[in-house]
Amino acid sequence: MSTDSTPALLKGAAGADAVGADGPAPAGPSARGPRTRSTTAYLRHVAGKLAGAAVSLFAVLVTSFFLFRLIPGDPVKQMTGGRQVSTEQIVAMRREFGLDLPLWQQFTEYCGKALTGDFGTSYQFRAPVMDKISEALPATLLLTGTAFVIYTVIGIWLGARSAWRNGRAGDRFHTAFALTLYSVPSFWLGLLLIVTLSVGVGPIPGLFPTGGMESGNSSGFGHVLDVAHHLVLPVVTLVAVEYARTLLVMRSSLLDEMGSDYLTTARAKGLRDDLVRRRHAVPNAMLPTVTLLFVNLGNTVAGAILVETVFSWPGLGGLFYQALSVPDLPLVQALFFVFAAAVILMNTLADVIYPLLDPRVGR
Amino acid sequence: MVTSFPPRSPRPPGRARLVLASGAAALALAAGSVVPGNPFGPAPREAQAADGGSTLTVAVAQSVDSLSPFLAQRLLSTSIHRLMYDYLTNYDAKDSRTIPGLATEWETSADKLTWTYTIRGDSRWSDGEKATAEDAAWTFNKMMTDEGAATSNGSFVGNFKKVTAAGPDKLVIELKQPQATMTALDVPIVPKHVWEKVGDFSKFNNDTKFPVVGNGPFILTDYKVDSYVKLKANKDFWRGAPQFDELVFRYYKDQDAAVAALRKGEVSFVAGSPSLTPAQAASLKTADHVKVNDAPGRRFYALAANPGARTRDGEKFGDGHPALLDQKVRRALFMAVDRTTIIDKVFRGRAVEGEGYIPPRYDSYFWKPAAGQKLGHDPAKAGALLDRAGYRKNSAGKRVGKDGRPLDLRILCHATDPNDKAVGKYLQEWWGDLGVGLEVDCRDNVSDPWYAGEYDLAFDGWSVNPDPDFVMSIHTCAALPARAKESAATDNFICDEQYDDLYAKQLAEYDPAKRADLVKQMESRLYDTGYMNVMAYPNAVEAYRTDQIESITTMPSDAGNIFGQDGYWSWWSAVPAAGASDGSSDGGGSTGVLVGAGIAVVVLAGGGLLFAMRRRSTAEDRE
Repeated sequence: MSTDSTPALLKGAAGADAVGADGPAPAGPSARGPRTRSTTAYLRHVAGKLAGAAVSLFAVLVTSFFLFRLIPGDPVKQMTGGRQVSTEQIVAMRREFGLDLPLWQQFTEYCGKALTGDFGTSYQFRAPVMDKISEALPATLLLTGTAFVIYTVIGIWLGARSAWRNGRAGDRFHTAFALTLYSVPSFWLGLLLIVTLSVGVGPIPGLFPTGGMESGNSSGFGHVLDVAHHLVLPVVTLVAVEYARTLLVMRSSLLDEMGSDYLTTARAKGLRDDLVRRRHAVPNAMLPTVTLLFVNLGNTVAGAILVETVFSWPGLGGLFYQALSVPDLPLVQALFFVFAAAVILMNTLADVIYPLLDPRVGR
Repeated sequence: MVTSFPPRSPRPPGRARLVLASGAAALALAAGSVVPGNPFGPAPREAQAADGGSTLTVAVAQSVDSLSPFLAQRLLSTSIHRLMYDYLTNYDAKDSRTIPGLATEWETSADKLTWTYTIRGDSRWSDGEKATAEDAAWTFNKMMTDEGAATSNGSFVGNFKKVTAAGPDKLVIELKQPQATMTALDVPIVPKHVWEKVGDFSKFNNDTKFPVVGNGPFILTDYKVDSYVKLKANKDFWRGAPQFDELVFRYYKDQDAAVAALRKGEVSFVAGSPSLTPAQAASLKTADHVKVNDAPGRRFYALAANPGARTRDGEKFGDGHPALLDQKVRRALFMAVDRTTIIDKVFRGRAVEGEGYIPPRYDSYFWKPAAGQKLGHDPAKAGALLDRAGYRKNSAGKRVGKDGRPLDLRILCHATDPNDKAVGKYLQEWWGDLGVGLEVDCRDNVSDPWYAGEYDLAFDGWSVNPDPDFVMSIHTCAALPARAKESAATDNFICDEQYDDLYAKQLAEYDPAKRADLVKQMESRLYDTGYMNVMAYPNAVEAYRTDQIESITTMPSDAGNIFGQDGYWSWWSAVPAAGASDGSSDGGGSTGVLVGAGIAVVVLAGGGLLFAMRRRSTAEDRE
């Protein structure tokens, strides 16, 4: 793995220097010594982060096994409860799931298989858990990914605007409005949207489907439009509840930059205020927002259980809920691992990219 | 300091255009939805399929666990199998009595150990092949010989010795012991010529190749995980073709969303899991074109008292309160329960007062206590019983035992069931008046303390099948766990010799009337021992659109449930409403066009604004 990624990292490191040379920071000397040193420092930084990520992933693997065994509930009893089953069947199921083995043996088998990417077979769906996850993943990525793009754009834009016009009516309104939506429970907002925009109230007709991802009777381009139509309300709900965080982080980091001397310099050069903000203030204020952006990106995989439930979206959030309620151990372990891995990878990616955005990091 | 910057240009920056554009796109999507013939348009009125045929859409929440009849265990999946495959026998919609299915008649040998079924000659698989006794024999043999194929219905063949096809229309099942439930084998019979090609039965989910070959009233044509399950009518079904051309189970994970979909007409039927809430039912009662079906269900809702958990070998475990081993204490507790209040206040009238173990809908097995036997609501008598049991009130009004310790009990409640919590509050009040303390212990997952025997009392409930064998069997000694705290078939650790004798007799009794009498004796015994006390039979509360479904069969047909029947009667019998195809029931017509026009104006205005902004920005850049 490391041999594969090394060239890319080297390329990235070279890019970092290029950015450093063109940016507002004083151009680095082109002598061979310092450049090699900074490349080495960057590589050391990346290697450290990758090693950290690997350790975290292993810790997650171990945690996922034990954490869900602490949840009260016997999967076999939960699955057979209320059904006509004989004691022999129950014993057979325990044997089939490997629950009759000692815990250490279950653990070593789990770790051994997980390292090869095999997370076992779901108890309740009788299918490889990775198949179940890859079935639901596209739906989740479509929903949370679309919402992510929209709330990031809105959050950054409104956040920058609010900070620039700090204390004015617009700032106060946007901040208060965003915070209000942020405090609204997403399932409640979702239901409200269903009642008003989907079923229709008074003069408002039912514009959008009540739930699901598709009608199931379209194909080709019609299918794309059908899915887009189903996508509107859940995305609106997610965006409404989520954009406040980006807005607030962007706003406060821009506020921190606003007294800086380089902005005065820029103005002194005669730049229009808009350009001062766009070209000088915002790029410098982006760093905390980028952190949040990567955290959010990692979280998109975990889906949005409540929104997925209200809108009957067939994604990972719903799958996780179903897995937990049994508990369907192989499925719940794999989902936990995938969710955590996504966050870890995105954070690592953020760590790797940071020095490219801000050369002070990683030195 | 930072707030006093020079005046800002009023011009929205470039990103504003992006946001406005995305807003405009969203509006355009909305506008599109009211333009006729637009692919964005609302889902077609569900009573009409895309090809003009009639479609019945049912809102469901439960995921399909497997579409293989050998693996499926959930209610939705097994209900779908009822529609896809014929069973040997079926139950009359009118009164749940056994009637012919794939088998037209059956007879037993003198020693009660051989059953011979005559398989009908007019049932065909949807690929044209004839359904024969060979298919049935193969299905049962597969379950008997392959553990992977026994997952869902293995309990039915546990007592089978040999199953053979003595010709295309004769199925012979030889038993190890007599078994009265042979006319209640709820096992889907699958086509041998299709299923013998399956490799590993424990992993084959029957969801890759459509349509799935079957011989039931509907044929499975499509399935998308947690989105929909589609079936089309089997026009050649021997009992007659269903009236609707298509049946779709569509997913609504949230019950309020499902109710909204019913209001809108996106679905024809909502069952709720297990029932619509009183608030949902009340709101739907006033809705146009919606009928709420509030009728007797299949469940009983009971109080279970821990009789002292133990294994089959008699090893005791758990920590059930010893006071409950005294019959007088149990009786006193049950006599302090005011069932009328529970029905009126907790179930809001949507339940029937509980008496015997089996709900009244199964009238051949329904039993209720005689006048002298009944533990009616009588707090005074309950107090006297506790006095006699040696639990007298102290000066503080608390009942104390001979050891001087107060009588404090726990009840295990399902945190997910609001009824448990509400009844728990009433019990605290009623038993508190009696001087008995009660802690209501609500858990998300009650199975662990339950199977560890770590409870005093518990809220209990089961769905009862037309054949009562299973719900009776869970109180036999044979159902107790082999080892302490291990999961087992037992419901409440009851083990009573007299009850077990009756259970064995009813299982070997092939005369329906005599068997029913034995079952009633078991119910009487269960009632008297007092470890199970049925408080209510909750109703099934479900709703459907009358402008999409003209009529539908309930089970029992006089008043009963629609979803989760023991048979395919509801969906097979449902008649499409005459005006279903024009179906704009939510008044979305002309208003929709008006609002659509309004939105179009907004979109145009937004576009104009964008254009104006672009012009100005270029003008500024030129400066």
